[in-house]
Amino acid sequence: MNKKPLGYGALFIAIALLPFLGVYPIFAMKVMCYALFACAFNLLIGFTGLLSFGHAAFLGAAAYAAGHAMKVWGFPPLVGIAFGTLMAAVAGLVFGLLAIRRSGIYFSMITLALAQMLFFYFLQAPFTGGEDGLQSVPRGSLLGINLESDSALYYLVLAIFIFGFWLIYRTVHSPFGQVLTSIRENEARATSLGYDAARFKLMAFVLSAALAGLAGATKTLVLGFATLTDAIWTTSGLVILMTLVGGMGTMVGPIVGALVIIALENKIGDLGQWLASLTGIQWFGGLGESVSLVTGLIFIVCVLAFRRGLVGEAGALWERVRKT
Amino acid sequence: MTDFFGVPLPALLGQLLLGLVNGSFYAMLSLGLAVIFGMLNIINFAHGALYMMGAFLAWMGLEYFGINYWAMLLIAPLIVGVFGLVIERLLLQWLYKLDHLYGLLLTFGLTLVIEGVFRSFFGVGGQPYAAPEALSGATNLGFMILPNYRAWVVVASLVVCLGVWVLIEKTSLGATLRAGTENPKLVQAFGVNVPRLVTLTYAGGVALAGFAGVLAAPILQVNALMGSNLIIVVFAVVVIGGMGSILGSILTGLGLGVVEGLTKVFYPEASNTVVFVVMALVLLVRPAGLFGKEK
Repeated sequence: MNKKPLGYGALFIAIALLPFLGVYPIFAMKVMCYALFACAFNLLIGFTGLLSFGHAAFLGAAAYAAGHAMKVWGFPPLVGIAFGTLMAAVAGLVFGLLAIRRSGIYFSMITLALAQMLFFYFLQAPFTGGEDGLQSVPRGSLLGINLESDSALYYLVLAIFIFGFWLIYRTVHSPFGQVLTSIRENEARATSLGYDAARFKLMAFVLSAALAGLAGATKTLVLGFATLTDAIWTTSGLVILMTLVGGMGTMVGPIVGALVIIALENKIGDLGQWLASLTGIQWFGGLGESVSLVTGLIFIVCVLAFRRGLVGEAGALWERVRKT
Repeated sequence: MTDFFGVPLPALLGQLLLGLVNGSFYAMLSLGLAVIFGMLNIINFAHGALYMMGAFLAWMGLEYFGINYWAMLLIAPLIVGVFGLVIERLLLQWLYKLDHLYGLLLTFGLTLVIEGVFRSFFGVGGQPYAAPEALSGATNLGFMILPNYRAWVVVASLVVCLGVWVLIEKTSLGATLRAGTENPKLVQAFGVNVPRLVTLTYAGGVALAGFAGVLAAPILQVNALMGSNLIIVVFAVVVIGGMGSILGSILTGLGLGVVEGLTKVFYPEASNTVVFVVMALVLLVRPAGLFGKEK
């Protein structure tokens, strides 16, 4: 039973060794940012039972706030990231206070609508650079180490990722996390036992928003820009898809899901070219332009046949093998 | 020239009319969402994509087959309805026993697919579609110039919305439908084919979205993303109105369109976000929505 921390340790050591195995560090850092984003989202859907359809708002808010702080105000990287995370937490508190007033499907619609409101604000606000986004954010340096070097930044991002993952792990496996699970399973019963369900949901929502913000702020540091893509509703859909593909309510599912989806986005153009040359149908060649078509199909397949996700299905298979 | 808080009256009335036009789209779409949710317990994210499909069908009918607007006003909703029939039988019927959220996720995926297909063939640029001859031009009412087509959109959608209201509240089919929403098992025991009723409800709801799409084609540019921008606003409309009442949906839709139009006159920067702000205020004051019932 207590072999799990060992497994996570092995996973992190493997990630730490990736650059030596020829993995492009920017790609690996991008995957880590989205993996943290998906883990933060999973804290709500998987462990509290709340489907937020507006999580891109927190990713985007933190990305812009951190980028602005580092570029215009000259904040050092860690302070900039902390500022971005704080802004996402504030947005999470405001959204949460409104959204938890309704439950179920209404909760999802409210978060989606509020996120769209923030998106329009980012579109018009002067500091975001509108359609162009916030470009050329400097990476700066940390403790005298210049972060312009990809390998130095890699280990900072890994440290942030491990910190975020550890926080989620501790939350889920704490008495607080047990209460969240009980709310997911039976809210009325949790309330009757004396737990203030609304307060617990709000706390989980703010924590999830802050961690999504941590991911967004780190992403700005890695890529050097923040754009409207970070805050648009399709990004909220993307993080749902990552979590669904990997496995809702599992610890490592969202990480696997993020890896699969980001890799797919990168390779889909090549795949389309290959299909076009294989079948002679020119239309496939344009597949790289319509990624949403493929992600939509994966969504449908996952919901119909594959609701436990990759990690969930693997776990179920493992249980069956062990029993026989 | 008469001024109204520093805004010339014709400009104000023009924006009000535009608000009513947008409001009729909100009304038709939120009405369809509410009816579908009542029967299927699914929030149909694909509603916006199907509205876009209706607009594209109207454009394609004229472009490729020379079928005029009036014919497409009937044909396009029919095609969208049949498409809805296929979606419901092929995909949605497997989800009724699951949590609501899977219905939202599946129709979200469907939205991405439908939009992706239209994008891959037509790009994201807008396709212009001319209003039919009989409705082009404008009528001078003395105090304002009334564009005929916009007036037609408001009248046509009001008639359709009220038609749906009569169908649901005043006919025996509507009574069966309402009973099915209330207690499907009991209605089935009375010998009503509930699964077929569910399928037809979905087809009818999305046909309404297709109809709205055809109405919108001459006003807005026909493009692949026109639906998803609208559906999020319609979600906010649904949260504001609550899904309990048909007339409530219609009134909320029209009302918010007008509010949006007025915002465009007095504070244009907020015209994109005003519906969401209203939603936040309603949530603070009356969480169940204006016409909803507290559980």
